[in-house]
Amino acid sequence: MERYSESLAIAGLSSGYRDRRIIDGLNLSPIEPGTVVSLIGPNAAGKTTLLRALAGLHAADGSVTLGDRELMGMALESRARLVTYMPQSLPQRVALTVLEAVIGAERASAVDRTEADRHAIVDRAMDVIDRVGIGHLAMSGLDHLSGGQRQLASLAQALVRTPRVLLLDEPISALDLHYQLKVMKLVHALSRERGMIVIMVLHDLAIAARWSDRIVVLSNGIVAADGTPSVAITPAVLADVYRVTARVTPQETGLHIEIDDTL
Amino acid sequence: MNDPATTGAARQATVAAYGRAMRRRTIIVIGLGVCCLLAFALDISTGPSSLPLRDVWAGLFNPDALTAPQLTIIRDVRLPYALMAILVGAALSLAGAEMQTILNNPLASPFTLGVSSAASFGAALAIVLGLSLPFIPADWMVPLNAFIAAFASVLLLEALARSRAAGVEGVVLFGIALVFTFNALVALLQFVASQEALSQLVFWGMGSLGRATWSNLTVLAVVLALVVPFSLRSAHAMTALRLGEDRARSFGIDIARLRLLSLLRISALAATAVAFVGTIGFIGLVGPHIARLMLGEDHRFLLPASMLTGALVMSLASVVSKVLVPGALLPVGIVTSMIGVPVFLFLIMRKPERV
Repeated sequence: MERYSESLAIAGLSSGYRDRRIIDGLNLSPIEPGTVVSLIGPNAAGKTTLLRALAGLHAADGSVTLGDRELMGMALESRARLVTYMPQSLPQRVALTVLEAVIGAERASAVDRTEADRHAIVDRAMDVIDRVGIGHLAMSGLDHLSGGQRQLASLAQALVRTPRVLLLDEPISALDLHYQLKVMKLVHALSRERGMIVIMVLHDLAIAARWSDRIVVLSNGIVAADGTPSVAITPAVLADVYRVTARVTPQETGLHIEIDDTL
Repeated sequence: MNDPATTGAARQATVAAYGRAMRRRTIIVIGLGVCCLLAFALDISTGPSSLPLRDVWAGLFNPDALTAPQLTIIRDVRLPYALMAILVGAALSLAGAEMQTILNNPLASPFTLGVSSAASFGAALAIVLGLSLPFIPADWMVPLNAFIAAFASVLLLEALARSRAAGVEGVVLFGIALVFTFNALVALLQFVASQEALSQLVFWGMGSLGRATWSNLTVLAVVLALVVPFSLRSAHAMTALRLGEDRARSFGIDIARLRLLSLLRISALAATAVAFVGTIGFIGLVGPHIARLMLGEDHRFLLPASMLTGALVMSLASVVSKVLVPGALLPVGIVTSMIGVPVFLFLIMRKPERV
């Protein structure tokens, strides 16, 4: 598989609703291929809106370029070949098996259905399902899975499309510790292997610090801090954005963050 | 860590199971088709006049063997009725399957959400006012008007389904409101209608195959032939839509366009069916649910299977409508409602525990 080499640049990006801008003129320095970026910030900071705007699901102004391609104004069908957005959850009552759902994700739109080799398609789907660790559930119905297992199936759907940019909205919110670790490791490894850019919304700062190359802190739709974990997550930023007092200690892997709970 | 050898074996088993599931589904769809043919054969060989299958068969392929009245019964009554049952069942059930996916609502069908009522109103309006347009044959005028009314109603439903305020229950309640509104409007038309138009209108309320003619059949067959290929082509997109709108869009599917085209198809199917046989209840609800239980929600299988289950149920209902009261031909709508209401209740009762 080819390794992607495009970087992603965001300039003057605005999005929101008619009467209210959620993000307003957001700029980010180019995100290099193979980089894992975590988007953190308080509730209603505009994290999901930013992901959806990048994926073309939410109307937006400004410029988003991948390599030398401008994504804004690109047809959704072509854009979806480059950028995949994974929503927070899969619906519960759907009578499809995991394998069907993943194959369906690979072949959803007409441009995805150029290949006719059925075995290759099933094979690729199984590769991804195995990698997220639910190979034994491939023939189980989505409606028989737990919330966490559905989240893994959802991740498999996003990965099978081999996007250049993968946008994950709280990918580990329903997972237990074991799978949180597994998913973070997998996303990290795939991003290195494929040169894939990963931008994910996370709430757990320690996990974000441990597994991200870069952290973007959003607050009220603007970038409050941006940089490596130890640069972006500081007591000053946390006090400003989350209104908490915290002590941040660099460690061998990631950061140790201690929140003063007296408020 | 997993032993690679066992993992490989487990994976081969999974892939084999997937292959079997696909074959099983193909076989089920073919089986449903065969059942439809059998039901059709049963349908053309039952009726108030005793003409067994053997004679019907002879009438089709060796007309000289039968008397002229027998031939008339076969050609102008049995055959068109039975064909109409198949086509109407397929049309309503396909419309129901698409509606359930597009509106993301298991209780959606042309009948339960008022699309059939709207179509009745449109048809009634055309009859009572004697509407006509240049260059459009009279046969098409009633279905055309039914289509316009049906399309208006699905647009309303869709707008409501998309506004986040409504939710699944809101759409169902709004559909019920549509049913009552259009039924009241039809009643109003009946009140002002001429004697001749009135008898035509009353027939809608019941839903009957009694007015099946070859020209009606041709119109419905043409509509189906035009709609089905587009419907099957959108099967992948519909399957993806079942996994959520954002997800489907992030796979590159233009949901707004998918919805609009699907609503056009639903309106065309429901309106044509209603224009020729009146309001047939519950086929559009029961057909897709039977298909879903047997095949799951891969729409490549679900859509054709829904057409077949709808056709099968409708065809069997037609048989029952002929044998239930010996010598009399019950309006088939009564039979489908008797089958449909328990299924409808079952679906409502079952819903909470699966959430």
